[in-house]
Amino acid sequence: MMKDNVENKVGVDAMNVKFSARDVQVYYGDNHAIKDVNVDILDKTVTAFIGPSGCGKSTFLRSLNRMNDTIPICRVEGDILLDGEDINAPQVDPVQLRAKVGMVFQKPNPFPKSIYDNIAYGPRIHGLARNKAELDEIVEKSLRRGAIWDEVKDRLDAPGTGLSGGQQQRLCIARAVATEPEVLLMDEPCSALDPIATAQVEELIDELKASYSVVIVTHSMQQAARVSQKTAFFHLGNLVEYDDTTTIFTNPRDTRTESYITGRIG
Amino acid sequence: MTDATNTGSLYDVDARTKKRNAAEKRFRIYGMIAIGLGLVFLVALLSTIVVRGIPAFQQTKLTLPIALPEETLDKSGVRDIEVMKKVSTFGYNPLIEQALADALDANGIENPFEDAKGLKPILSSSAAAVVRDEVLANPELVGTTHTFEILAASRVDGYLKGRVTRESVARDNNIDAAHFDVVDALRDAGIIAKGFNFDFITGADASESRPEQAGIGVSMLGSLFMMFVVLGLSLPIGVAASIYLEEFATQNRFTDIIEVNISNLAAVPSIVFGILGLAVFIQFMHLPQSAPLVGGLVLTLMTLPTIIISTRASLKAVPPSIREAALGIGASKMQTVFHHVLPLAMPGILTGTIIGLAQALGETAPLLLIGMVGYIASNYPDGVASGFLDPNSAMPAQIYEWAKRADPAYYERAWGGIIILLVFLMTMNILAVILRRRFERRW
Ligand SMILES: Nc1ncnc2c1ncn2[C@@H]1O[C@H](COP(=O)(O)OP(=O)(O)O)[C@@H](O)[C@H]1O
Ligand SMILES: [Mg+2]
Repeated sequence: MMKDNVENKVGVDAMNVKFSARDVQVYYGDNHAIKDVNVDILDKTVTAFIGPSGCGKSTFLRSLNRMNDTIPICRVEGDILLDGEDINAPQVDPVQLRAKVGMVFQKPNPFPKSIYDNIAYGPRIHGLARNKAELDEIVEKSLRRGAIWDEVKDRLDAPGTGLSGGQQQRLCIARAVATEPEVLLMDEPCSALDPIATAQVEELIDELKASYSVVIVTHSMQQAARVSQKTAFFHLGNLVEYDDTTTIFTNPRDTRTESYITGRIG
Repeated sequence: MTDATNTGSLYDVDARTKKRNAAEKRFRIYGMIAIGLGLVFLVALLSTIVVRGIPAFQQTKLTLPIALPEETLDKSGVRDIEVMKKVSTFGYNPLIEQALADALDANGIENPFEDAKGLKPILSSSAAAVVRDEVLANPELVGTTHTFEILAASRVDGYLKGRVTRESVARDNNIDAAHFDVVDALRDAGIIAKGFNFDFITGADASESRPEQAGIGVSMLGSLFMMFVVLGLSLPIGVAASIYLEEFATQNRFTDIIEVNISNLAAVPSIVFGILGLAVFIQFMHLPQSAPLVGGLVLTLMTLPTIIISTRASLKAVPPSIREAALGIGASKMQTVFHHVLPLAMPGILTGTIIGLAQALGETAPLLLIGMVGYIASNYPDGVASGFLDPNSAMPAQIYEWAKRADPAYYERAWGGIIILLVFLMTMNILAVILRRRFERRW
């Protein structure tokens, strides 16, 4: 059973590690959804989580910003360190954590408010702007980072829910970066988008890695290959293999990984 | 055994399809019959209410010039109100009767009775009080002849509306057919006429013998003050309780029990709340009897489950993705609820609240037990505090009270009261629909 999980490779990348998970277990009631996961997620890198549906990718992702706290039956064990600090320590307020670790969801979920207010909400509640001018600046900067500024700059007062699916998702990414997070978690951000919108979002992810550590869950192996530098393959709650994306796709060590990327399981 | 359904021609409708279509057709017919029956009942109900209630909005009045001689009303001649008050309504009655007799003479109508006093049954017994109040308010009227609008007796009113006939008064010792002859003549002369009855809407209740004077206005105020109490208590309490249960409470045995009990509470007969209110608010807390405050408290207990249930339903209807979005950018639970969830749930909450209020507005049974039924709501509250604390009635209680009284004139007023109550209820329901439409979210 030990062989189910990759050995933990602290050392080479230690300086660059953003998130470090040690023996993480996640339970939904009696359902053991994540088993003994050890992984180091690097800064300024795109890390892809791949694996068959139901293998626990979302569950693990959500334990990185404690979104699992909102599910009453969910229990997380083990250590998850962000910059060396235990995010599950009793003195940590999940609200502060989530300001540092932003999240983008599978289905675009803009607030039913104006585009401006969608972006401004986070900075407002975290007190990032001292006045209207600063807030305007943050909104513009975030929308530019979300690669959607040119499309919406003339209608910031229009409802965010009135945009197209791809625009909504980029708005949600802009909303997530507006609070100046250090990590951006994305759970299948393109699964509700058409190929053109997907390409736009992928391009955006590529730009975002210059400033953030990005973790993206994806169903599409092509997408993982295109956007990520590191890939983690999950299977039945185990982290089977974690390595450079090129290695995973060209020279996987585990037969399960190989079967999955060649389309035999999943 | 299987039918070769798929191999036959499309033009032949097979047996099973025929059967299915017939079943569908039958079901549609059942549905239409059900709706038709519902509509028939509704139309029957509404038309009965309107036909029976409309007469209450008309009232028969006499327009009479009445001489107000100084020697009977103010012998001293100094127009001192305190002195003038010594002349009671008994002093005014003969003046009004005489005025009516004079009006008969002036119009060439023969008075079939020995004297002016014989005409008294035509007049409402409230007439003297009306004239006296007017004179005391304007003492300069003494010594002049002033034209007053005074109410006709309810039998006369009933006669003009067709409720009372000559035959039906044959054994009535208040009034007889001869009076109706006079009334006919007075109507032709334009002295007696039916007019719109504002006093019914704004007025106070009257004693058993003066239905022509009774109005629903004071009990309307009673209902209004009760609704203030209900709204002011049940909306904040209900919304706070629902938000806590829906968004904050952890799911355990305890919250399950609370949940089941709230649903049970919604099914408790309202009279139970009435007796609870009697025991707790009046006998234990010694709050005033018959007061809208107590009525409001009792109705709050009744309305709370309705508001909690509808609020929870509208909170549940807010998509979880909105909560995730807010939590995901670091909003606290409370910020998530108050900035995002609650505004989206608001139309549903308001709709539920209005429907709860409408229910409370029409509720009669609990008011029986705290003394708001049977109370004669004859005084307007003279301020906000007395509006809450002074004894009063409420619209449905007033209607029940009128329906109980012996005089058919009161029965007519009960129907009229129902029209007013229904107008309020419909307005509230329409408001609820408009609110829901207006604030409905397009995702
Ligand atoms: N909210 C939840 N409550 C209970 N079980 C859950 C919940 N979310 C996920 N699970 C379970 O956890 C396992 C992993 O699910 P998930 O992380 O969503 O997989 P993936 O994102 O890889 O498709 C599945 O067995 C799923 O049934
Ligand atoms: Mg998932």
